[in-house]
Amino acid sequence: MAGLDQYEVVIGLEVHAQLLTDSKMYCPCSAQYAAAAPNTHVCPICLGLPGALPVINRKAVENTVLTGLALNCEIPPFAKFDRKNYPYPDLMKGYQISQYDAPLCVRGWLDCEVAGERRRVGITRVHLEEDVAKLLHVSERGESYSLIDVNRSGVPLMEIVSEPDIRSAEEARQYLVQLRAILRFLGVSSGNMEEGSFRCDANISLRPLGSDTLGAKVEVKNMNSFRAVFRAMEYEAVRQAEVLASGGRIEQETRGWLEAKGITVSQRSKEYAHDYRYFPEPDLPPLELAPSWVDDLRRRLPELPAAKLARLQEQYGLPAYDARLLTAEPGPAQYFDRLVATYPNAKVASNWITGELFRLLNASGKQIEESPIGPESLAELLTMVDRGEVSNSAAKVALEEMFASGQSAAAAVTAKGLAQISDESGLAAVVRQAIAANPQSAADYRAGKKQALGFLVGQVMRASQGKANPAVVNRLLAAELEKR
Amino acid sequence: MRITRQEVEHVARLARLALSEGETEKLQEEISSILDNIAVLNEVDTQSVPPTAQVTGLSNVMREDGTWQSLPAADVLANAPRRLDDFFLIQPVFEDSQGESEG
Repeated sequence: MAGLDQYEVVIGLEVHAQLLTDSKMYCPCSAQYAAAAPNTHVCPICLGLPGALPVINRKAVENTVLTGLALNCEIPPFAKFDRKNYPYPDLMKGYQISQYDAPLCVRGWLDCEVAGERRRVGITRVHLEEDVAKLLHVSERGESYSLIDVNRSGVPLMEIVSEPDIRSAEEARQYLVQLRAILRFLGVSSGNMEEGSFRCDANISLRPLGSDTLGAKVEVKNMNSFRAVFRAMEYEAVRQAEVLASGGRIEQETRGWLEAKGITVSQRSKEYAHDYRYFPEPDLPPLELAPSWVDDLRRRLPELPAAKLARLQEQYGLPAYDARLLTAEPGPAQYFDRLVATYPNAKVASNWITGELFRLLNASGKQIEESPIGPESLAELLTMVDRGEVSNSAAKVALEEMFASGQSAAAAVTAKGLAQISDESGLAAVVRQAIAANPQSAADYRAGKKQALGFLVGQVMRASQGKANPAVVNRLLAAELEKR
Repeated sequence: MRITRQEVEHVARLARLALSEGETEKLQEEISSILDNIAVLNEVDTQSVPPTAQVTGLSNVMREDGTWQSLPAADVLANAPRRLDDFFLIQPVFEDSQGESEG
C-alpha cells in the first residue's frame, strides 16, 4: 500500500437499474427480453425508424419518482427529456433519449452503515432513460462479426448518481447493498447485478489528506458484482497512490475492470473527450409534476429497509444481526411480519426463518416468495413445538417434509411419525438401554461429571428418531442413574 | 467566424466521417461561411424570449404501461443489409471499443 495512508479516497457511483415495467420506456413492446427470441420485442419506435413517435411510460416515471422520494430527493416541478448523441451500433437511433439538465429527482441522500458507523451519501440526481440493444461479438474460423438483438433497446433504465461522498471500497459496497435493498423493497427493480439489471460505474480519485481539491478522477466500468466493485475500488486506490508516490500524474480516463486478473486497464477509446451534443427531445412534451401527484406517490412508499431494520429491533427485541438478515431482502421481512402475526415468539420465529427455512430455500434455489411453506404453516409447526407435541429436532424433519410435499405441519408430523413421545412408560425402556450401552458415560455421571448426561440424552433422542421429549428424557435418565 | 482545423476533425469524428486532407480544408472554409450566415440570427434581441424546444404547449403526455404485439422478426429484419438467423449482422465491434456504449 504505497503511501495510500497519505491520501483520502474519493468515490462517486453511478448506478443504472432497469425498471420492472411490462412495456418499454417509449413504446408498448414487451420489456421482458431475457428469454425472448432475438428481435421479437421490436417495433418502429425502439428500432429507431424515421417518423416513429415515442410516448413516455407512466409507470416508469412513477417508479423513478418513488425511488427519488425513497432517497430523500426533491422532485422539481419541471422535468424534460433530452437526446444524448453518440454513434455506437447498440444505439438504434444514434441517440439515447435521456434526461440532461432537468431530471425527475435531485438533491437527496442515502444512509448506510460502515463498521458500525452511519455514513450519509448525497444523491445528486435520479433520472430516466432507455437501455440499448444487445451486441454479440463473434469470432470463428478467422471471421469476426457482431450480431444485434434489439429486444433490450428501449427498456426503461433509471440512473442514480451519487455525490463524491464515498470514502472507501467498503463504503461503496455498503452504499450499493443499501440502494439495491431500497429498489427491491420499492419493487421498482429486480436489482440483479449478474443479469445486468443493476449496473454500477464508479468515479474514483485520491486527494492528499486535509486537502479539499479533488484529484483527477478515473471512471471504472465493467464491474458485475458487489464484490467486483469492492475489489476494483481497492485496486484502483492503491494503483493511483503508487502512481502518485512514484512522481507520476493521474490521467483522467476510463478504465475497465478485468475480473479474472483483478486489475483495471485503460480503455483507449475514451482518449477523445465525450461530446454528446445534448438537446431537448422534440418528440416528448415535458413533465410538469404537480405537488399533489408527488404526494400521492409519497403515500405509496412502503416501509423501507432502514425503517424495517429499526422496527424489528425495537418492536420485537431482535438482535441487530437477526434484523439485518431478515431485512436484506423484502421477502424475508414480509414473511417474518406475517409469521409473528400468528406466532408471537419473535426470536424463535427469526431463528427458524434464517436457519432452517433459508437452508431449504438455498438448497432448492427458491426465493422465500416461492416457499412451499407459508408463514401460517410455519406458525402451526412452531406452536406444536411449544406445546410439546413435537420436539425441536423432529420439527426440523417435519419442516423438510412440509417443504417437499407442501403438507400442513400436523399432516407432516403424522406422515413421518414425528409426534413427540412424552409418555414416561414408553421411554423408560429406551432410557435403560442407553445406560446399559454406554457404561462409561453412566459411570462418569455418577462420578460427578454431570455433562455426561447430555451425551446419554443424545443417545436416547437418536434411538427414538428424535421423537422423545428431551425434557422427559432428561428427567428419566437422571432418575435412573441416581437410582441404584 | 473562422473555425479551426481541429474543430472540423472533431465534428467529422463525431459524424464518423473519414475526411481527406483536401476535404478537411474545403469544409473548414464552407462551415465557416455557413456559421457566418447563421450568425446573422445573433443580431436579433431574444432577451425576453424563453428558450423554446416545444411548440405544442402540451405536457405530461404519458401512456399506461401496457404491451402490444411487436413486429414479426421477418419485418424487423426486412431492410437489414446483412443478417444471420434473426440477428442483424454488422462488421465487428471490438471489446476494447465498448467503452463507447453508455447503456
